[in-house]
Amino acid sequence: MKLTGKINRIIKFSNVDGPGNRMAIFFQGCNFNCDYCHNPETINICKKCYACISKCPTSALLKNEMGNIVWNEKLCCECDECIKSCGFNSSPKVKEYSIDDLLESISKVKSFIKGITVSGGESTLHYKFITKLFIEVKKRWPNLTCFVDTNGGVNLQDENYREFVENTDSFMLDVKAWEKNEHLELTSKNVDIVIENLYFLRDIGKLFEVRSVVVSEKLNNKLTVESVSKAIGKKDIRYKIIKYRQFGVREEKKEKLFSPKDEELKELAKLAEENGVKNTLII
Amino acid sequence: MILETIKSQKITFEQKVVALARLAEGSIEVLNKSDALKKYIEDGIICDLFEGNAPYRPRYIVPDYNVFMEQGSKFLNIEKPTNIWEAVHGLLILYKHVPSITTMPVYLGNIDYLLEPFIKDENEAYLAIKLFLKHIDSTITDSFCHANIGPKETKAGILILRAMRELELPTPNLTIKYTEETTDKISIEAIKTALVTAKPSFANDKMFREDFNGEYGIVSCYNGLKVGGGANTLVRVRLGALSKLANSKEEFLEKVLPEVSKEMLEYIDERSRFIIEESGFYESSFLIKEGLLEKEKFTGLFGFVGLAECVNNLLGATDKKERFGYSEEANNLALKIVETMHNIIANHKTKYAGEFFGNTHLLHSQVGIDTDRNESPGCRIPVGEEPEIFEHIVQSAPFHQYCPSGIGDIFVFDETYKSNPEAILDIIKGAFETNLRFFSLYSDTCDVVRVTGYLVKRSEIEKLDKGEQVLRDTTILGKGARDNAKALGRKLRSE
Repeated sequence: MKLTGKINRIIKFSNVDGPGNRMAIFFQGCNFNCDYCHNPETINICKKCYACISKCPTSALLKNEMGNIVWNEKLCCECDECIKSCGFNSSPKVKEYSIDDLLESISKVKSFIKGITVSGGESTLHYKFITKLFIEVKKRWPNLTCFVDTNGGVNLQDENYREFVENTDSFMLDVKAWEKNEHLELTSKNVDIVIENLYFLRDIGKLFEVRSVVVSEKLNNKLTVESVSKAIGKKDIRYKIIKYRQFGVREEKKEKLFSPKDEELKELAKLAEENGVKNTLII
Repeated sequence: MILETIKSQKITFEQKVVALARLAEGSIEVLNKSDALKKYIEDGIICDLFEGNAPYRPRYIVPDYNVFMEQGSKFLNIEKPTNIWEAVHGLLILYKHVPSITTMPVYLGNIDYLLEPFIKDENEAYLAIKLFLKHIDSTITDSFCHANIGPKETKAGILILRAMRELELPTPNLTIKYTEETTDKISIEAIKTALVTAKPSFANDKMFREDFNGEYGIVSCYNGLKVGGGANTLVRVRLGALSKLANSKEEFLEKVLPEVSKEMLEYIDERSRFIIEESGFYESSFLIKEGLLEKEKFTGLFGFVGLAECVNNLLGATDKKERFGYSEEANNLALKIVETMHNIIANHKTKYAGEFFGNTHLLHSQVGIDTDRNESPGCRIPVGEEPEIFEHIVQSAPFHQYCPSGIGDIFVFDETYKSNPEAILDIIKGAFETNLRFFSLYSDTCDVVRVTGYLVKRSEIEKLDKGEQVLRDTTILGKGARDNAKALGRKLRSE
């Protein structure tokens, strides 16, 4: 069977997904379920309850003979009523792409970008597809770089991922919390593999940046920033300290999450610099 | 009108002097105009952009400042400079004696190359450059004044970009000539500066160098012209208004457009004839006598605005999908119109365009004036209708080949690009590979912003809104373009 990937969205030009201007490909499906997720509709694969179809004001959603939901992009008015009506953190606007489909999309923008970045959802869940994609991209356009944006939830040292890691130029890794219970509560997954991945990617020189989202009161942000910066200090790895913002977060999660003040972010950035991080960015 | 100008409290003394001179010039009729031309002018279809009734200097003058740096000036009694202070001092004196349609110079030279030989102590050079730029902004009070840097990285170029970032002044406008040999270092410096103060723009050096067979200068808004020459006149046609004279696209292409083009070309010839044969400029100016200018390197510019409105009118396109910028049919018709004008101009040989240009005038995508309504700049997609940046660049690029003397698009980026200027450089590299000729950018947080091609300070427009005097006459134009053409409402590029 032809290998395809479930893709939620493609951004032709992105300036926040790695170095330079990049085409960012967002895969559907995630193994984490973070309280502050800004794109909760990327978490699950559609279970075909069809609740969204009747909510679409422009009839851009249809059920086909196979029982799948088909999204007609041309009719879509981008009101996102479908996403709001989905009780399952999914989206009917997900499309199946073959490697060739993606290569064609990349080919159109290849002169304008430094490379591509796969993100999610969680991109590593699609590692077989992505490995093939990266191999093809490198064959055709050797000057383009291939980056992976990941939550670090799968064990990248495992033999299964060897070819995937080899064909990835660099990774961008989220370290959402350092303390075990805190990470478990926030994401529903253990932090151990994330930290192992942090050291592993650092040691093989394939870690472009680490990101931590700062949430006041709920998280021990100081511990996280201190631990990460000690791990990556002295290396040429960027640390992005991200201010939690409510935008896009699920209504029921909002009440227990608090946005930090700018002073707190500045103190954390200072802490990272004291631990040897040369490139710290507050966003 | 004369007394009104004299008594005005809204304009400065210098602005009064210029306005009075224009009134004097406008009071005589010395040019031959056909009845058909007069009708087009009356109907607002052909317009000479306030060049006046009796032109006595070329509109755009592009002196070869290298000649001045090598030999000084006998007329101005200036010796060849030997250090940074003499260099900036000499240039500042010379600039005051370079005429143009606005009375002030529209071209200051490749100022990085001019100053580079004198950069010894960088701290001292930085001070000299800062004072030089501040002096220009305060005395050449018109931001059609334009300097160039590049394509090679120089110490002077880096210092100029740093100083402009610090000063945040609208004048001089700046363009960096960009080619493969331009380093990423100076390109990134340029982008960082543009995200603070709306300049420099990026010129596709390869395209310009081929069109001008070597040295060229970017002057005024974004006009490419030959160094050592310039343009005698710029007459433009409003294609949006013109399209209403045609009942079909065929009638427009085969009858209406050729007829107006013929009148335009004759008018460009007539204006040039007066400057060349009657005004005495080419006989009397020391710039000619001392070799900074050559008559043979002058041409005339055939400008046009409102391509978008023209095409949308001809196709009766109201739905976005059918309009210029989106529909293939509309874009193809637009290309056909520009190509038709290009061919008509190329076939019009005239003794009033220099041998360097093969005795032809040049097509120019004009950016419009403050009073324009319902005419978008040149080949641009109307403000408010812009597609995503990738589609925008790919749509625009095919038009750029036809307009050697200038065409360009402006892109407004959000603040996130300040932490990743490399992303903009990647876009510019791609745009130039797609044969885009000229790329301008600024960020939504800039006080200095690009209106159509020239620069103004938003804070200065606010002064005008309150009825206060401002130093620069371009601020007045910027206010008009903001009010009449939404020129400051461009689509914000983010992600």
